[in-house]
Amino acid sequence: MGGYAIFVWPSYALAALVLWLNWYLPRKQHEKELRQLRRRHKAE
Amino acid sequence: MFLWFHKLGSPPHFYRIAGKWIPWLSWIFLVLLLAGLYGGLIEAPPDYQQGESYRIIFVHVPAAWMSLFIYVVMAFCGAVIIIWRMKLAEVVLISSASIGASFTFLALATGSLWGKPMWGTYWVWDARLTSELILLFLYLGIIGLHNAIDDKRVASRAVAILALVGVVNIPIIHYSVEWWHSLHQGATVTKFDKPSIHWSMLIPLLLMALAFQVYYVLALFQKCRVELLQRERNSKWVEEL
Repeated sequence: MGGYAIFVWPSYALAALVLWLNWYLPRKQHEKELRQLRRRHKAE
Repeated sequence: MFLWFHKLGSPPHFYRIAGKWIPWLSWIFLVLLLAGLYGGLIEAPPDYQQGESYRIIFVHVPAAWMSLFIYVVMAFCGAVIIIWRMKLAEVVLISSASIGASFTFLALATGSLWGKPMWGTYWVWDARLTSELILLFLYLGIIGLHNAIDDKRVASRAVAILALVGVVNIPIIHYSVEWWHSLHQGATVTKFDKPSIHWSMLIPLLLMALAFQVYYVLALFQKCRVELLQRERNSKWVEEL
């Protein structure tokens, strides 16, 4: 990267982290919500 | 058209449609992202002045565009909430806020990483940078205000007003490089008649922008589905899931 790797790669790493978090966290949250709903239905 | 719009606005219908689209959007995003990264990191030549450091623009510029675009979507939703009190607009507005804040943070952080080797500093209180920072605070303000009010319908009206008031910052960000003397460079790509960027760099940049656009819809659908489940947990359609 012509001496600029220290700036370029952290930019891409940060972008990957931000994109991954915005994809992964709602996915996990959705699964959790569905689990809670099913548990509530069983209890009723 | 109105019937289609009305049907799309129904929470159970939107929940199902979004669920069906998520796998397709994931694949489209992945293909665009890989094509953009290949073009930007491998195919595009180094810049004659900035060398390899300019490759940061392939994430910085699409993130900055998305930060503006998402806020405009939120302001539009704000207007829909105030005029029609549409539930789905409330869900889209608040679900967009955290994605928009993420893109704004990414634009600021990658811009800062580009600024150090090019300007000699990570940060300057320049018109473009400062107005973009204000945009981040607006996003955070909207998230904070929504979380602070228990009644979600009241919270949605409050954030709708804030989103509408804050939209004045969008043209300020866009034109800041023309209105004030700025260290930040002027328009490069959006001069549609004659972009001052070579095609070998422009094409991967546009591919990355398209990938980020698809990603926004994908992330939005995922967040909206969670928000809908939380809001409608006592509805019949949620009980039937």
